[in-house]
Amino acid sequence: MGLVMPDFGLFFWMLVTFSLLLWILKRFAWGPILKALSDRENLIVESLKSAENAKEEMKRLQSGNEKILREAVLEREKIVKEARDLKESIIRDARHEAGIEANKVLENARVTIERERVAAISDIKSLIANFSVEIAAKILEEKLADESRQKELVQNYIDKINLN
Amino acid sequence: MTRVLRSIILVLFALALSTNLLKASEELAVADTVSPKKFNTGELIFDHIRDSYEWHVTTIAHTHIGIPLPVILYSQNSGFHVFMSSNFHHGTEEFNGFKIAAEGKYAKKVVEVLADGSEVRPWDFSITKNVVSLFVSVFLLLVIFLSVAKRYREKYDEAPKGLQGWIEPVLLFVRDDIAKPSIGNEKYEKYLPYLLTIFFFILINNILGLVPIFPGGANLTGNITVTLVLALFTFVITSLSGSRNYWVHMVNDPEIPLWLKFPVPLMPIVEIMGVFIKPFVLTIRLFANITAGHIVALGFYSLIFIFAEKSYFAAYGISVISITFTVFMSVLELLVAFIQAYVFTLLSALYIGLALEKHESHA
Repeated sequence: MGLVMPDFGLFFWMLVTFSLLLWILKRFAWGPILKALSDRENLIVESLKSAENAKEEMKRLQSGNEKILREAVLEREKIVKEARDLKESIIRDARHEAGIEANKVLENARVTIERERVAAISDIKSLIANFSVEIAAKILEEKLADESRQKELVQNYIDKINLN
Repeated sequence: MTRVLRSIILVLFALALSTNLLKASEELAVADTVSPKKFNTGELIFDHIRDSYEWHVTTIAHTHIGIPLPVILYSQNSGFHVFMSSNFHHGTEEFNGFKIAAEGKYAKKVVEVLADGSEVRPWDFSITKNVVSLFVSVFLLLVIFLSVAKRYREKYDEAPKGLQGWIEPVLLFVRDDIAKPSIGNEKYEKYLPYLLTIFFFILINNILGLVPIFPGGANLTGNITVTLVLALFTFVITSLSGSRNYWVHMVNDPEIPLWLKFPVPLMPIVEIMGVFIKPFVLTIRLFANITAGHIVALGFYSLIFIFAEKSYFAAYGISVISITFTVFMSVLELLVAFIQAYVFTLLSALYIGLALEKHESHA
């Protein structure tokens, strides 16, 4: 019977000791241990997730790179084309400008020539007038003696004068 | 006398392992001449599984080797008394009006002898063998788990190492295979510290009980007082966490036909009895399993001495079988140590889970 009869002293010590054990372990062992375990589990889950994310990111970056490369090629072609166009337009413009300039020079020359011609003509005219006066004077000197002769001579000279 | 015989157990155990059988047998013959009393198996076994006021380690010839433990008493007649159990001289002498009763109602317990010769039992707070064993196991638990907790606190993100590597799978087993399925994923965290504590407490004491020498060998988890306290903890926690539904269903379960509840409240009586039967069953199961293991192992050893009374040669022959069986039993008991810790924890978790149950889960 002694075997199945609870004993008061042991009951007391067991109650006190086990309560203390439960409290100490709960406070200083299970708490930190269980927290560490769940922290570690979360860490693993998050690490896996972030690895997956990094893979996705990598894939995205790769496709992004390809896009950028393609765009760069297009851009280069565009720039080359633009440069070519620019070159052609510059040449065209230069040609155009040169034409205008040449025309201007020609015009100027023409104007100058015209002016010179007019001046020359007026000079000639004045010269002719002088000649005419001189001739007239000579005729007057020569032919004044002989009337008929004078007349003949004047007529002769006048015929010879050619207003080319 | 049984102590003499127990010393012979040890000698024989050594014999089984040594080849020097002849020389030892002469010693045994000498030992036997001084212990002519008949071998009492029951007494040997009960001496082992019972609590005691001193920690008997061994007896060589007639010299007892034991650790005296403090006796703490409160008597209504003479107040507090604190003294060492060695004052009783292994139960043979009285001290300050106290003695260890040889037989009767208080057999093997300290009693106060009154002036008229009658014996009364004082309030006995003695640090007995089981209390020391309790302290040792608690000390071990604290050392193990506080050091493990320290490592968890410092390096939770590293793989478990050393002691932590032994503890962690068991801990995860209690969490994932006992607490979570029994209590449910939302509420198990509140009860997990208690479940872990009882699991490791029972486990370490079961294992310590299998170690034959000090500080093991006390039959702590095979002591009904200890299992009763553990079951009471489960009972109190279960009752305190019982949902309204739990109590309502106990007295008036809507799924039970009316004639079982009225006019004779048959089912409510059964249900309410069940509340008390649950901790009672927990108490008995652990106590009986562990005690039975110890009794069987000691029974096999006793065979040697029962045969030794007939013939030494028979004893040698049977010792081979006895030791084989005892080793087998010890291995089995190691398994039982784990199983009983598991069963106690699982049932506690199930009872808590039942108390927490909401109506929906009934369907």
